[in-house]
Amino acid sequence: MPQAGDLVGGPGEPTVTSPVVIVGASLAASRCAAALRRGGLDGAITIINAEAHLPYDRPPLSKQFLSGEWDADRLSLLKPEQLTEFELDWRMQTAATALDVDTRTVSLDDGTTVQGDHVVIATGAAPRRLPGTEALAGVHVLRTLGDSAGLRRELAERPHASVVVVGAGFIGAEVAATAATAGHRVTIIEAAAVPMERGLGAQMGAFCGSLHADHGVDLRLSTGVTGVRSDADGRIAAVELSDGTELAADVLVVGIGVVPTTAWLDGSGLTLDDGVVCNAHCEAAPGIYAAGDVARWPNERFGELMRVEHWDNAVEQGIHVAKRILGEATEPFTPVPWFWSDQYEHKIQLAGRPKAGDLVEIVTGSMEERRFAAIYGDGERLTGVFGLNRPRHVMQYRRKLAEGATWTEAIRFAEEARSGN
Amino acid sequence: MAFKVVVNFDLCESNAICMDVAPELFEVRDDDFLYVLQETPADDLREKAEAAADRCPKQAISLEDLASPQ
Ligand SMILES: Cc1cc2nc3c(=O)[nH]c(=O)nc-3n(C[C@H](O)[C@H](O)[C@H](O)COP(=O)(O)OP(=O)(O)OC[C@H]3O[C@@H](n4cnc5c(N)ncnc54)[C@H](O)[C@@H]3O)c2cc1C
Ligand code: SF4
Repeated sequence: MPQAGDLVGGPGEPTVTSPVVIVGASLAASRCAAALRRGGLDGAITIINAEAHLPYDRPPLSKQFLSGEWDADRLSLLKPEQLTEFELDWRMQTAATALDVDTRTVSLDDGTTVQGDHVVIATGAAPRRLPGTEALAGVHVLRTLGDSAGLRRELAERPHASVVVVGAGFIGAEVAATAATAGHRVTIIEAAAVPMERGLGAQMGAFCGSLHADHGVDLRLSTGVTGVRSDADGRIAAVELSDGTELAADVLVVGIGVVPTTAWLDGSGLTLDDGVVCNAHCEAAPGIYAAGDVARWPNERFGELMRVEHWDNAVEQGIHVAKRILGEATEPFTPVPWFWSDQYEHKIQLAGRPKAGDLVEIVTGSMEERRFAAIYGDGERLTGVFGLNRPRHVMQYRRKLAEGATWTEAIRFAEEARSGN
Repeated sequence: MAFKVVVNFDLCESNAICMDVAPELFEVRDDDFLYVLQETPADDLREKAEAAADRCPKQAISLEDLASPQ
Protein backbone atom coordinates (compact mmCIF):
# COMPACT_ATOMS: atom_id res chain seq x y z
CA MET A 1 0.00 0.00 0.00
CA PRO A 2 1.32 3.44 -0.84
CA GLN A 3 1.97 5.76 2.09
CA ALA A 4 1.29 9.48 2.19
CA GLY A 5 4.16 11.24 0.45
CA ASP A 6 4.99 8.17 -1.62
CA LEU A 7 5.02 8.22 -5.34
CA VAL A 8 1.80 6.57 -6.42
CA GLY A 9 -0.16 6.41 -9.65
CA GLY A 10 0.38 4.66 -12.94
CA PRO A 11 3.56 4.50 -14.98
CA GLY A 12 4.58 7.85 -16.39
CA GLU A 13 2.23 9.65 -14.04
CA PRO A 14 3.87 9.80 -10.64
CA THR A 15 1.92 11.59 -7.96
CA VAL A 16 3.23 13.24 -4.83
CA THR A 17 0.71 13.67 -2.07
CA SER A 18 2.48 16.18 0.19
CA PRO A 19 0.41 19.29 0.94
CA VAL A 20 1.87 22.57 -0.29
CA VAL A 21 1.09 26.05 1.03
CA ILE A 22 1.78 29.00 -1.26
CA VAL A 23 1.81 32.44 0.35
CA GLY A 24 0.91 35.19 -2.12
CA ALA A 25 -1.39 34.68 -5.07
CA SER A 26 0.01 36.36 -8.09
CA LEU A 27 2.30 35.36 -10.94
CA ALA A 28 4.92 33.23 -9.18
CA ALA A 29 2.19 31.53 -7.13
CA SER A 30 -0.03 30.75 -10.14
CA ARG A 31 2.76 29.35 -12.25
CA CYS A 32 4.10 27.34 -9.34
CA ALA A 33 0.67 25.84 -8.59
CA ALA A 34 0.10 24.99 -12.26
CA ALA A 35 3.51 23.31 -12.54
CA LEU A 36 2.86 21.33 -9.36
CA ARG A 37 -0.39 19.96 -10.71
CA ARG A 38 1.00 19.26 -14.17
CA GLY A 39 3.94 17.56 -12.56
CA GLY A 40 1.56 15.22 -10.76
CA LEU A 41 1.22 16.67 -7.27
CA ASP A 42 -1.88 15.11 -5.80
CA GLY A 43 -1.85 16.71 -2.34
CA ALA A 44 -3.68 19.84 -1.31
CA ILE A 45 -2.40 23.18 -2.58
CA THR A 46 -3.48 26.05 -0.34
CA ILE A 47 -2.95 29.57 -1.64
CA ILE A 48 -2.97 32.48 0.79
CA ASN A 49 -4.23 35.55 -1.05
CA ALA A 50 -4.20 38.93 0.66
CA GLU A 51 -6.13 40.40 -2.27
CA ALA A 52 -9.82 40.13 -3.13
CA HIS A 53 -9.10 38.98 -6.70
CA LEU A 54 -7.94 35.70 -8.13
CA PRO A 55 -4.45 36.00 -9.65
CA TYR A 56 -4.26 38.73 -12.28
CA ASP A 57 -1.51 40.00 -14.49
CA ARG A 58 0.24 43.24 -13.54
CA PRO A 59 1.99 44.43 -16.73
CA PRO A 60 -1.27 45.66 -18.33
CA LEU A 61 -1.90 47.80 -15.22
CA SER A 62 0.44 50.44 -16.63
CA LYS A 63 -0.52 49.75 -20.25
CA GLN A 64 -3.76 48.40 -21.75
CA PHE A 65 -5.77 48.36 -18.53
CA LEU A 66 -4.67 51.85 -17.51
CA SER A 67 -5.49 53.25 -20.94
CA GLY A 68 -8.99 51.79 -20.77
CA GLU A 69 -8.39 49.54 -23.76
CA TRP A 70 -8.74 46.39 -21.66
CA ASP A 71 -11.06 45.53 -18.84
CA ALA A 72 -10.19 43.58 -15.72
CA ASP A 73 -11.57 40.32 -17.09
CA ARG A 74 -8.67 40.19 -19.54
CA LEU A 75 -6.12 40.08 -16.77
CA SER A 76 -6.68 36.70 -15.18
CA LEU A 77 -3.56 34.56 -14.94
CA LEU A 78 -5.43 31.28 -14.68
CA LYS A 79 -8.01 30.33 -17.27
CA PRO A 80 -11.41 29.20 -15.90
CA GLU A 81 -10.76 25.60 -16.92
CA GLN A 82 -7.41 25.68 -15.12
CA LEU A 83 -9.05 27.01 -11.97
CA THR A 84 -11.34 23.99 -12.00
CA GLU A 85 -8.75 21.46 -13.08
CA PHE A 86 -6.06 22.43 -10.56
CA GLU A 87 -8.34 22.18 -7.48
CA LEU A 88 -6.64 24.91 -5.50
CA ASP A 89 -7.72 25.79 -1.98
CA TRP A 90 -7.94 29.58 -1.88
CA ARG A 91 -7.82 31.69 1.28
CA MET A 92 -9.05 34.94 -0.16
CA GLN A 93 -8.49 38.34 1.45
CA THR A 94 -6.38 36.66 4.04
CA ALA A 95 -2.81 37.65 4.81
CA ALA A 96 -0.09 35.49 6.26
CA THR A 97 1.26 37.07 9.44
CA ALA A 98 4.00 34.65 10.50
CA LEU A 99 5.84 31.48 9.52
CA ASP A 100 7.11 28.76 11.83
CA VAL A 101 10.05 27.46 9.89
CA ASP A 102 10.54 24.19 11.79
CA THR A 103 6.97 22.97 11.43
CA ARG A 104 6.29 24.85 8.18
CA THR A 105 3.16 26.39 9.67
CA VAL A 106 1.79 29.68 8.35
CA SER A 107 -0.29 31.89 10.66
CA LEU A 108 -3.06 33.89 9.03
CA ASP A 109 -4.70 37.15 9.97
CA ASP A 110 -8.04 35.42 10.52
CA GLY A 111 -6.48 33.61 13.47
CA THR A 112 -6.12 30.24 11.76
CA THR A 113 -2.97 28.39 10.69
CA VAL A 114 -2.10 26.23 7.68
CA GLN A 115 0.62 23.63 7.73
CA GLY A 116 2.35 22.09 4.74
CA ASP A 117 5.18 19.75 3.86
CA HIS A 118 6.35 22.56 1.62
CA VAL A 119 5.81 26.31 1.91
CA VAL A 120 6.39 28.62 -1.05
CA ILE A 121 6.92 32.30 -0.28
CA ALA A 122 5.60 34.34 -3.21
CA THR A 123 4.59 37.61 -1.56
CA GLY A 124 6.19 39.80 -4.20
CA ALA A 125 6.95 43.43 -3.60
CA ALA A 126 5.13 46.64 -2.73
CA PRO A 127 5.76 50.15 -4.03
CA ARG A 128 7.76 52.78 -2.17
CA ARG A 129 5.80 55.91 -1.40
CA LEU A 130 6.92 59.49 -1.46
CA PRO A 131 7.12 60.69 2.16
CA GLY A 132 4.54 63.34 2.90
CA THR A 133 2.16 62.35 0.11
CA GLU A 134 0.48 59.33 1.68
CA ALA A 135 -2.65 61.18 2.77
CA LEU A 136 -3.13 63.39 -0.32
CA ALA A 137 -5.83 62.78 -2.90
CA GLY A 138 -4.57 62.56 -6.45
CA VAL A 139 -1.33 60.80 -5.52
CA HIS A 140 -0.90 57.28 -6.86
CA VAL A 141 1.42 54.32 -6.75
CA LEU A 142 0.89 51.46 -9.16
CA ARG A 143 1.03 47.83 -8.15
CA THR A 144 -2.47 46.42 -7.75
CA LEU A 145 -5.60 46.30 -9.84
CA GLY A 146 -7.15 48.76 -7.38
CA ASP A 147 -4.21 51.16 -7.83
CA SER A 148 -4.54 51.06 -11.59
CA ALA A 149 -8.33 51.36 -11.55
CA GLY A 150 -8.06 54.44 -9.31
CA LEU A 151 -5.52 56.13 -11.56
CA ARG A 152 -7.47 55.19 -14.66
CA ARG A 153 -10.60 56.78 -13.22
CA GLU A 154 -8.83 60.00 -12.27
CA LEU A 155 -7.20 60.32 -15.68
CA ALA A 156 -10.51 59.68 -17.44
CA GLU A 157 -12.24 62.32 -15.30
CA ARG A 158 -9.60 64.94 -16.07
CA PRO A 159 -8.96 65.36 -19.78
CA HIS A 160 -5.67 67.15 -20.56
CA ALA A 161 -4.60 66.91 -16.93
CA SER A 162 -1.14 67.92 -15.79
CA VAL A 163 0.31 64.59 -14.81
CA VAL A 164 3.58 64.51 -12.90
CA VAL A 165 5.39 61.20 -12.71
CA VAL A 166 8.15 60.80 -10.16
CA GLY A 167 10.76 58.30 -11.34
CA ALA A 168 11.77 57.48 -14.91
CA GLY A 169 12.05 53.73 -14.32
CA PHE A 170 9.90 51.32 -16.26
CA ILE A 171 6.68 51.85 -14.37
CA GLY A 172 7.07 55.63 -14.51
CA ALA A 173 7.97 55.58 -18.18
CA GLU A 174 5.02 53.36 -19.04
CA VAL A 175 2.53 55.46 -17.08
CA ALA A 176 3.94 58.57 -18.77
CA ALA A 177 3.55 56.95 -22.18
CA THR A 178 0.00 55.80 -21.49
CA ALA A 179 -1.05 59.18 -20.09
CA ALA A 180 0.61 61.16 -22.90
CA THR A 181 -1.00 58.95 -25.52
CA ALA A 182 -4.36 59.72 -23.91
CA GLY A 183 -3.71 63.44 -24.36
CA HIS A 184 -2.50 64.44 -20.90
CA ARG A 185 0.38 66.85 -20.32
CA VAL A 186 3.07 64.74 -18.73
CA THR A 187 6.28 65.64 -16.91
CA ILE A 188 8.67 63.03 -15.51
CA ILE A 189 10.92 63.99 -12.63
CA GLU A 190 14.04 61.84 -12.29
CA ALA A 191 16.76 62.28 -9.69
CA ALA A 192 19.48 60.56 -11.73
CA ALA A 193 21.29 62.14 -14.66
CA VAL A 194 20.46 59.14 -16.85
CA PRO A 195 17.25 57.13 -16.56
CA MET A 196 17.57 53.42 -15.82
CA GLU A 197 21.35 53.53 -15.98
CA ARG A 198 21.74 50.67 -13.55
CA GLY A 199 19.74 48.24 -15.67
CA LEU A 200 20.48 49.50 -19.17
CA GLY A 201 23.81 51.29 -18.96
CA ALA A 202 24.34 54.96 -19.73
CA GLN A 203 23.93 54.84 -23.50
CA MET A 204 20.69 52.81 -23.69
CA GLY A 205 19.31 54.49 -20.58
CA ALA A 206 19.76 57.89 -22.20
CA PHE A 207 18.28 56.55 -25.42
CA CYS A 208 15.14 55.33 -23.61
CA GLY A 209 14.88 58.74 -21.98
CA SER A 210 14.95 60.37 -25.41
CA LEU A 211 11.84 58.46 -26.48
CA HIS A 212 9.77 60.66 -24.17
CA ALA A 213 10.71 63.84 -26.01
CA ASP A 214 9.49 62.25 -29.26
CA HIS A 215 6.05 62.23 -27.69
CA GLY A 216 6.05 65.64 -26.08
CA VAL A 217 6.73 64.36 -22.57
CA ASP A 218 8.99 66.60 -20.54
CA LEU A 219 11.70 64.52 -18.83
CA ARG A 220 13.58 66.48 -16.15
CA LEU A 221 16.78 64.70 -15.21
CA SER A 222 18.99 65.34 -12.16
CA THR A 223 15.92 66.79 -10.48
CA GLY A 224 14.41 65.81 -7.17
CA VAL A 225 11.05 66.43 -5.55
CA THR A 226 11.61 68.48 -2.42
CA GLY A 227 8.02 69.01 -1.40
CA VAL A 228 4.39 68.95 -2.42
CA ARG A 229 1.63 71.51 -2.16
CA SER A 230 -2.00 70.55 -1.73
CA ASP A 231 -5.23 72.49 -2.17
CA ALA A 232 -7.87 73.21 0.48
CA ASP A 233 -9.55 69.84 -0.18
CA GLY A 234 -6.36 67.94 0.56
CA ARG A 235 -5.68 67.20 -3.07
CA ILE A 236 -2.29 67.44 -4.75
CA ALA A 237 -1.82 70.83 -6.46
CA ALA A 238 1.88 71.14 -7.20
CA VAL A 239 5.28 69.60 -6.59
CA GLU A 240 8.32 71.58 -5.53
CA LEU A 241 11.52 70.67 -7.30
CA SER A 242 15.18 70.72 -6.29
CA ASP A 243 15.91 73.40 -8.91
CA GLY A 244 13.65 75.75 -6.94
CA THR A 245 10.76 75.68 -9.40
CA GLU A 246 7.24 74.51 -8.80
CA LEU A 247 5.25 72.34 -11.14
CA ALA A 248 1.46 72.22 -11.19
CA ALA A 249 0.09 68.71 -10.79
CA ASP A 250 -3.49 67.51 -11.18
CA VAL A 251 -2.31 63.95 -10.71
CA LEU A 252 0.94 62.70 -9.21
CA VAL A 253 2.21 59.20 -9.90
CA VAL A 254 5.04 57.87 -7.77
CA GLY A 255 7.20 55.23 -9.45
CA ILE A 256 10.30 55.11 -7.30
CA GLY A 257 10.74 51.40 -6.93
CA VAL A 258 9.45 48.57 -4.80
CA VAL A 259 10.39 46.84 -1.59
CA PRO A 260 10.10 43.05 -1.24
CA THR A 261 7.20 42.03 1.02
CA THR A 262 8.99 40.29 3.89
CA ALA A 263 7.74 42.11 7.01
CA TRP A 264 5.45 39.17 7.81
CA LEU A 265 8.57 36.98 8.07
CA ASP A 266 10.33 39.14 10.67
CA GLY A 267 11.37 36.92 13.54
CA SER A 268 10.91 33.71 11.54
CA GLY A 269 14.63 33.02 11.52
CA LEU A 270 14.84 33.19 7.74
CA THR A 271 17.55 35.46 6.36
CA LEU A 272 15.86 38.65 5.17
CA ASP A 273 18.09 41.07 3.31
CA ASP A 274 16.45 42.89 0.42
CA GLY A 275 14.23 39.83 -0.01
CA VAL A 276 14.12 36.28 1.31
CA VAL A 277 17.66 35.02 0.91
CA CYS A 278 17.74 31.51 -0.52
CA ASN A 279 20.30 28.99 -1.70
CA ALA A 280 20.99 28.34 -5.38
CA HIS A 281 17.88 26.12 -5.52
CA CYS A 282 15.59 28.88 -4.21
CA GLU A 283 15.29 27.19 -0.81
CA ALA A 284 15.23 29.47 2.21
CA ALA A 285 15.15 26.59 4.73
CA PRO A 286 14.29 22.87 4.46
CA GLY A 287 10.88 22.66 2.76
CA ILE A 288 10.65 26.45 2.43
CA TYR A 289 11.15 28.17 -0.90
CA ALA A 290 10.83 31.65 -2.36
CA ALA A 291 9.94 32.69 -5.89
CA GLY A 292 9.33 35.91 -7.80
CA ASP A 293 9.99 39.51 -6.79
CA VAL A 294 10.47 38.55 -3.12
CA ALA A 295 13.26 35.99 -3.69
CA ARG A 296 16.97 36.67 -3.54
CA TRP A 297 19.23 33.81 -4.50
CA PRO A 298 22.76 33.24 -5.79
CA ASN A 299 22.48 32.97 -9.56
CA GLU A 300 25.53 30.84 -10.27
CA ARG A 301 25.59 31.84 -13.91
CA PHE A 302 26.46 35.37 -12.85
CA GLY A 303 28.13 34.60 -9.53
CA GLU A 304 25.95 37.14 -7.78
CA LEU A 305 23.14 37.25 -5.26
CA MET A 306 20.17 38.38 -7.35
CA ARG A 307 16.65 39.58 -6.85
CA VAL A 308 14.80 40.11 -10.10
CA GLU A 309 11.63 42.17 -10.44
CA HIS A 310 10.54 40.93 -13.82
CA TRP A 311 7.57 39.00 -15.04
CA ASP A 312 9.51 36.18 -16.67
CA ASN A 313 11.58 35.57 -13.57
CA ALA A 314 8.49 35.11 -11.41
CA VAL A 315 7.23 32.55 -13.91
CA GLU A 316 10.50 30.66 -14.23
CA GLN A 317 11.24 30.70 -10.54
CA GLY A 318 7.71 29.58 -9.65
CA ILE A 319 8.12 26.66 -12.03
CA HIS A 320 11.59 25.88 -10.73
CA VAL A 321 10.33 25.71 -7.16
CA ALA A 322 7.50 23.41 -8.25
CA LYS A 323 10.00 21.08 -9.89
CA ARG A 324 12.14 21.18 -6.78
CA ILE A 325 9.13 20.18 -4.65
CA LEU A 326 8.38 17.37 -7.08
CA GLY A 327 11.98 16.21 -6.80
CA GLU A 328 12.65 16.93 -10.47
CA ALA A 329 14.91 19.98 -10.41
CA THR A 330 18.40 18.96 -9.43
CA GLU A 331 20.21 21.81 -11.17
CA PRO A 332 20.46 25.22 -9.49
CA PHE A 333 18.28 28.05 -10.78
CA THR A 334 20.45 30.02 -13.22
CA PRO A 335 18.24 32.02 -15.59
CA VAL A 336 19.36 34.81 -17.88
CA PRO A 337 17.11 37.66 -16.65
CA TRP A 338 14.83 39.12 -19.29
CA PHE A 339 12.14 41.77 -19.36
CA TRP A 340 10.11 43.85 -21.70
CA SER A 341 8.53 47.25 -21.40
CA ASP A 342 5.99 48.74 -23.79
CA GLN A 343 6.17 52.52 -24.11
CA TYR A 344 4.34 54.50 -26.78
CA GLU A 345 4.51 52.35 -29.91
CA HIS A 346 7.81 50.82 -28.82
CA LYS A 347 8.69 47.43 -27.46
CA ILE A 348 11.78 47.63 -25.29
CA GLN A 349 13.50 44.47 -24.14
CA LEU A 350 16.62 43.64 -22.24
CA ALA A 351 18.20 40.28 -21.52
CA GLY A 352 21.26 39.62 -19.40
CA ARG A 353 22.98 41.61 -16.73
CA PRO A 354 25.05 44.35 -18.33
CA LYS A 355 27.27 46.39 -16.05
CA ALA A 356 28.07 50.09 -16.15
CA GLY A 357 31.03 50.58 -18.44
CA ASP A 358 30.34 47.54 -20.61
CA LEU A 359 30.91 47.93 -24.35
CA VAL A 360 27.75 48.51 -26.35
CA GLU A 361 27.47 47.73 -30.02
CA ILE A 362 24.45 47.99 -32.28
CA VAL A 363 24.20 44.75 -34.25
CA THR A 364 21.12 45.44 -36.34
CA GLY A 365 19.08 48.50 -37.28
CA SER A 366 19.74 51.97 -35.92
CA MET A 367 18.60 54.29 -33.17
CA GLU A 368 17.37 56.81 -35.75
CA GLU A 369 14.93 54.37 -37.31
CA ARG A 370 13.80 53.45 -33.78
CA ARG A 371 14.38 49.80 -34.48
CA PHE A 372 17.61 48.15 -33.42
CA ALA A 373 19.32 45.60 -31.24
CA ALA A 374 22.51 46.28 -29.30
CA ILE A 375 24.72 43.88 -27.41
CA TYR A 376 26.79 44.50 -24.30
CA GLY A 377 30.12 42.93 -23.43
CA ASP A 378 32.71 43.23 -20.69
CA GLY A 379 35.67 42.78 -23.03
CA GLU A 380 35.55 39.04 -22.70
CA ARG A 381 31.95 37.82 -22.52
CA LEU A 382 28.62 38.85 -23.91
CA THR A 383 26.76 40.34 -20.94
CA GLY A 384 23.46 41.55 -22.34
CA VAL A 385 21.28 42.49 -25.25
CA PHE A 386 18.95 45.45 -25.62
CA GLY A 387 16.27 45.62 -28.26
CA LEU A 388 13.96 48.33 -29.46
CA ASN A 389 11.25 46.81 -31.62
CA ARG A 390 13.53 43.85 -32.30
CA PRO A 391 12.03 41.05 -30.24
CA ARG A 392 13.41 38.23 -32.32
CA HIS A 393 16.98 39.45 -32.07
CA VAL A 394 16.80 39.86 -28.33
CA MET A 395 15.78 36.23 -27.98
CA GLN A 396 18.58 35.12 -30.31
CA TYR A 397 21.17 36.83 -28.16
CA ARG A 398 19.48 35.70 -25.00
CA ARG A 399 20.18 32.18 -26.18
CA LYS A 400 23.81 33.19 -26.77
CA LEU A 401 23.92 34.56 -23.23
CA ALA A 402 22.57 31.26 -21.94
CA GLU A 403 25.33 29.47 -23.82
CA GLY A 404 27.90 31.73 -22.15
CA ALA A 405 29.06 33.18 -25.49
CA THR A 406 32.19 35.31 -25.63
CA TRP A 407 32.08 38.81 -27.08
CA THR A 408 34.02 37.59 -30.13
CA GLU A 409 31.49 34.81 -30.71
CA ALA A 410 28.60 37.23 -30.39
CA ILE A 411 30.17 39.68 -32.85
CA ARG A 412 30.89 36.85 -35.29
CA PHE A 413 27.26 35.71 -34.96
CA ALA A 414 26.09 39.26 -35.70
CA GLU A 415 28.31 39.49 -38.78
CA GLU A 416 27.09 36.14 -40.09
CA ALA A 417 23.49 37.20 -39.56
CA ARG A 418 24.13 40.45 -41.44
CA SER A 419 25.84 38.82 -44.39
CA GLY A 420 23.10 36.17 -44.49
CA ASN A 421 20.43 38.85 -44.83
CA MET B 1 -4.36 13.01 -25.86
CA ALA B 2 -3.64 14.78 -29.11
CA PHE B 3 -3.71 18.53 -28.87
CA LYS B 4 -3.78 21.66 -30.95
CA VAL B 5 -1.74 24.83 -30.46
CA VAL B 6 -3.87 27.95 -30.76
CA VAL B 7 -2.45 31.47 -30.77
CA ASN B 8 -4.62 34.51 -30.33
CA PHE B 9 -2.90 36.86 -32.75
CA ASP B 10 -4.77 39.84 -31.36
CA LEU B 11 -2.87 39.35 -28.12
CA CYS B 12 0.49 38.16 -29.46
CA GLU B 13 3.12 40.87 -29.53
CA SER B 14 5.84 38.83 -31.21
CA ASN B 15 8.30 38.96 -28.36
CA ALA B 16 9.46 35.47 -29.25
CA ILE B 17 9.49 34.06 -25.74
CA CYS B 18 7.60 31.00 -26.95
CA MET B 19 10.20 30.50 -29.65
CA ASP B 20 12.86 30.44 -26.98
CA VAL B 21 10.98 27.80 -25.00
CA ALA B 22 9.76 25.66 -27.90
CA PRO B 23 11.57 26.44 -31.16
CA GLU B 24 10.02 23.30 -32.67
CA LEU B 25 6.59 24.92 -32.40
CA PHE B 26 7.03 28.66 -32.71
CA GLU B 27 9.05 31.01 -34.85
CA VAL B 28 9.03 34.80 -34.98
CA ARG B 29 10.36 35.63 -38.42
CA ASP B 30 12.05 38.68 -39.85
CA ASP B 31 8.67 40.24 -40.60
CA ASP B 32 8.11 40.15 -36.81
CA PHE B 33 5.11 37.89 -37.09
CA LEU B 34 4.78 34.70 -35.13
CA TYR B 35 4.35 31.49 -37.07
CA VAL B 36 3.10 28.31 -35.48
CA LEU B 37 5.28 25.64 -37.04
CA GLN B 38 3.18 22.66 -35.95
CA GLU B 39 -0.46 23.19 -35.10
CA THR B 40 -1.08 19.63 -34.00
CA PRO B 41 2.27 18.49 -32.65
CA ALA B 42 3.17 15.04 -31.46
CA ASP B 43 2.25 14.36 -27.85
CA ASP B 44 5.84 14.40 -26.64
CA LEU B 45 5.90 18.14 -27.33
CA ARG B 46 2.99 18.77 -25.00
CA GLU B 47 5.12 19.69 -22.01
CA LYS B 48 7.08 22.18 -24.09
CA ALA B 49 3.86 23.62 -25.48
CA GLU B 50 2.46 24.03 -21.95
CA ALA B 51 5.68 25.69 -20.84
CA ALA B 52 5.42 28.09 -23.77
CA ALA B 53 1.79 28.88 -22.91
CA ASP B 54 2.74 29.53 -19.26
CA ARG B 55 5.64 31.73 -20.27
CA CYS B 56 3.83 33.81 -22.89
CA PRO B 57 3.63 37.27 -21.31
CA LYS B 58 0.49 38.06 -23.28
CA GLN B 59 -1.21 34.77 -22.53
CA ALA B 60 -1.80 34.43 -26.22
CA ILE B 61 -1.19 30.68 -26.42
CA SER B 62 -3.72 28.04 -25.52
CA LEU B 63 -3.77 24.31 -26.03
CA GLU B 64 -6.93 22.53 -27.06
CA ASP B 65 -7.42 18.84 -26.56
CA LEU B 66 -8.37 17.01 -29.71
CA ALA B 67 -10.60 13.99 -29.46
CA SER B 68 -8.44 10.98 -30.31
CA PRO B 69 -9.30 9.33 -33.62
CA GLN B 70 -11.92 6.63 -33.18
C1 LIG C 1 2.24 48.18 -13.24
C2 LIG C 1 3.24 47.08 -13.45
C3 LIG C 1 3.72 46.84 -14.73
C4 LIG C 1 4.67 45.85 -14.96
N1 LIG C 1 5.12 45.65 -16.23
C5 LIG C 1 6.07 44.72 -16.46
C6 LIG C 1 6.57 44.52 -17.77
O1 LIG C 1 6.17 45.17 -18.73
N2 LIG C 1 7.54 43.58 -17.95
C7 LIG C 1 8.04 42.83 -16.92
O2 LIG C 1 8.93 42.01 -17.14
N3 LIG C 1 7.56 42.99 -15.66
C8 LIG C 1 6.59 43.92 -15.40
N4 LIG C 1 6.11 44.09 -14.12
C9 LIG C 1 6.67 43.27 -13.03
C10 LIG C 1 5.89 41.97 -12.79
O3 LIG C 1 4.51 42.20 -12.81
C11 LIG C 1 6.32 41.39 -11.46
O4 LIG C 1 7.66 40.99 -11.59
C12 LIG C 1 5.46 40.22 -11.02
O5 LIG C 1 4.16 40.64 -10.75
C13 LIG C 1 6.04 39.52 -9.80
O6 LIG C 1 5.18 38.49 -9.41
P1 LIG C 1 5.20 37.89 -7.95
O7 LIG C 1 4.22 36.77 -7.98
O8 LIG C 1 6.58 37.61 -7.53
O9 LIG C 1 4.74 39.06 -6.96
P2 LIG C 1 3.50 40.07 -6.96
O10 LIG C 1 2.93 40.19 -8.33
O11 LIG C 1 3.97 41.29 -6.28
O12 LIG C 1 2.42 39.36 -6.06
C14 LIG C 1 2.57 39.12 -4.70
C15 LIG C 1 1.20 38.84 -4.11
O13 LIG C 1 1.35 38.44 -2.77
C16 LIG C 1 0.34 39.06 -1.98
N5 LIG C 1 0.83 39.14 -0.60
C17 LIG C 1 1.80 39.95 -0.11
N6 LIG C 1 1.96 39.73 1.20
C18 LIG C 1 1.08 38.76 1.55
C19 LIG C 1 0.78 38.09 2.78
N7 LIG C 1 1.44 38.36 3.92
N8 LIG C 1 -0.17 37.14 2.77
C20 LIG C 1 -0.83 36.82 1.63
N9 LIG C 1 -0.59 37.41 0.44
C21 LIG C 1 0.36 38.37 0.41
C22 LIG C 1 0.18 40.41 -2.63
O14 LIG C 1 -1.07 40.95 -2.28
C23 LIG C 1 0.29 40.07 -4.10
O15 LIG C 1 -0.94 39.71 -4.63
C24 LIG C 1 5.15 45.08 -13.88
C25 LIG C 1 4.67 45.32 -12.57
C26 LIG C 1 3.73 46.30 -12.36
C27 LIG C 1 3.23 46.55 -10.97
S1 SF4 D 1 5.34 34.34 -26.29
FE1 SF4 D 1 3.23 34.98 -26.65
S2 SF4 D 1 3.34 37.12 -27.23
FE2 SF4 D 1 5.39 36.26 -27.42
S3 SF4 D 1 5.55 35.64 -29.55
FE3 SF4 D 1 4.87 33.87 -28.41
S4 SF4 D 1 2.64 33.94 -28.51
FE4 SF4 D 1 3.37 35.94 -29.11
